[in-house]
Amino acid sequence: MTEIQPAIWKRFSKKQSLERYGIEFVLLLIFIWATQSVDIYWPFVTDAPAQAVDLLHRMTPPSVVFIKAIIPSMIETINIATLSTIFAVILSFPLAILNARNTTPHPIVQMVARVIIVTSRSVNELVWGLIFVVFFGPGVVAGVAALTMRSLGFMAKLVSESIEEIDHGQVEAMRATGANGAKVFIFGVLPQVMPIIIGTSIFRWDINIRQSSVIGLVGAGGIGILLTSSMNMFKWQNVSMILISIFVVVLAGEYVSATVRKKLT
Amino acid sequence: MFSVKNLDKTYPTGQHALKGCSLDIDNPQIVAIFGPSGAGKSTLIRCINRLVEPSSGEVFLDDLELTGLKGKDLHNARRQMGMIFQEYNLIERLTVMENVLSGRLGYVGFFNAMFRRFPQDAVDEAFSLLERVGLKGYHNQRADALSGGQRQRVGIVRALIQHPKILLVDEPTSGLDPKTAMIIMQLIKDLAIEKGIPAIINIHDVKLGQDYADRIIGMADGVIVFDGPPSKVTAETLTMIYGEEDWSKTIRKVEDEEE
Repeated sequence: MTEIQPAIWKRFSKKQSLERYGIEFVLLLIFIWATQSVDIYWPFVTDAPAQAVDLLHRMTPPSVVFIKAIIPSMIETINIATLSTIFAVILSFPLAILNARNTTPHPIVQMVARVIIVTSRSVNELVWGLIFVVFFGPGVVAGVAALTMRSLGFMAKLVSESIEEIDHGQVEAMRATGANGAKVFIFGVLPQVMPIIIGTSIFRWDINIRQSSVIGLVGAGGIGILLTSSMNMFKWQNVSMILISIFVVVLAGEYVSATVRKKLT
Repeated sequence: MFSVKNLDKTYPTGQHALKGCSLDIDNPQIVAIFGPSGAGKSTLIRCINRLVEPSSGEVFLDDLELTGLKGKDLHNARRQMGMIFQEYNLIERLTVMENVLSGRLGYVGFFNAMFRRFPQDAVDEAFSLLERVGLKGYHNQRADALSGGQRQRVGIVRALIQHPKILLVDEPTSGLDPKTAMIIMQLIKDLAIEKGIPAIINIHDVKLGQDYADRIIGMADGVIVFDGPPSKVTAETLTMIYGEEDWSKTIRKVEDEEE
């Protein structure tokens, strides 16, 4: 009778284990280096909990009467979000067509579209806000322009990806009827991407509500302007009221967005 | 009325899918094309309506040569060829009526197509064709709510409303159960005869092809290796098309019919 050897199994070989320890050690070094190189003033860090409690005291109770000033400003914020979403949807649609591999008229056109999309997406809305405040002066117009610029690339990218993923058979069937390119597009492509366009638009509107409450910090309209001025004047009870109302509006926006998008699918 | 001369297709990948195929159809008949996957059946019918560009050769629909056409001329030529697809290729999110009327896209302007304004005679014809294929009352259903057999009926109506001079049919029954497959084949045959037009049908099912076609074309490796009536299809013919196999159970037994 021969003795049965148990089969030995190890997830990693010796060499692999060594490599993994090496990587973990390097990550540890990076962490140590990062904490050393940033200039941390430790008294401020240790003092933070006390400061937080202090601020909380100054913020409570939130000033309920301040709601009178908040409401018109909040309506402005929501309108900025809605307007910029509408403009972004309209402008992103041709951009998406030009950027999608299967609908672009020419690779060079596709390149140009891609550059516009990447530019739009890589610049933060606060930076767009700063730029447009210079162009249009502080206020709503700058805010709408900033959020439109930022949403444009987001919308165009997602829509053009969905154009690339359509069922080609439906396009083929429309070509076979003798329809020209434009008619093939409205029957063979558009019905397939419509749910994505609507869903993405609503999702973007929801994001824009959050963003438009921030862009006021750089003077581009909305509740953010009220927030900065209240902070500058140390009106902490007003600040807390603003934060609560932003929270409520964002929550409501998210709810509307989720409900509508659920209905679509 | 229809002829293909020396049609050749090499794909950019180097695959030589069609090697000088020729065929003539002189009367309204049902032509079934047999052949294994990759034999070039799909390529052949797609080269006819130029969904695939042939590398060389000629295609004549009546006196019109198709391979040299461009732009509007090509679109107008495609209107005269109705196509029915393997996976139906209906616009899933649109209604049955919109799918049927999309067969008239070659005849209406862009904005009329966009706002779904089709001429009344096209709408009348759509209703009567839907009734003809047994889909009366389905016009406002969405295509994705239909069963496979119902979808293919819509596909047939979409092709017919083009007023085609020929039907190009690519594996119309491959996703269907045997009974529905027979019903669909019968429908295509009846309607082609009714309209007095020929139909070229790619089909995997040998028995089905023999039962409904007037003429069989066999393809193997991009070449037409058989062309004749269904009664001439023997075990040797099938071996020539598909390769060695025991075909005695597949082909229609001649003796059975003589009894």
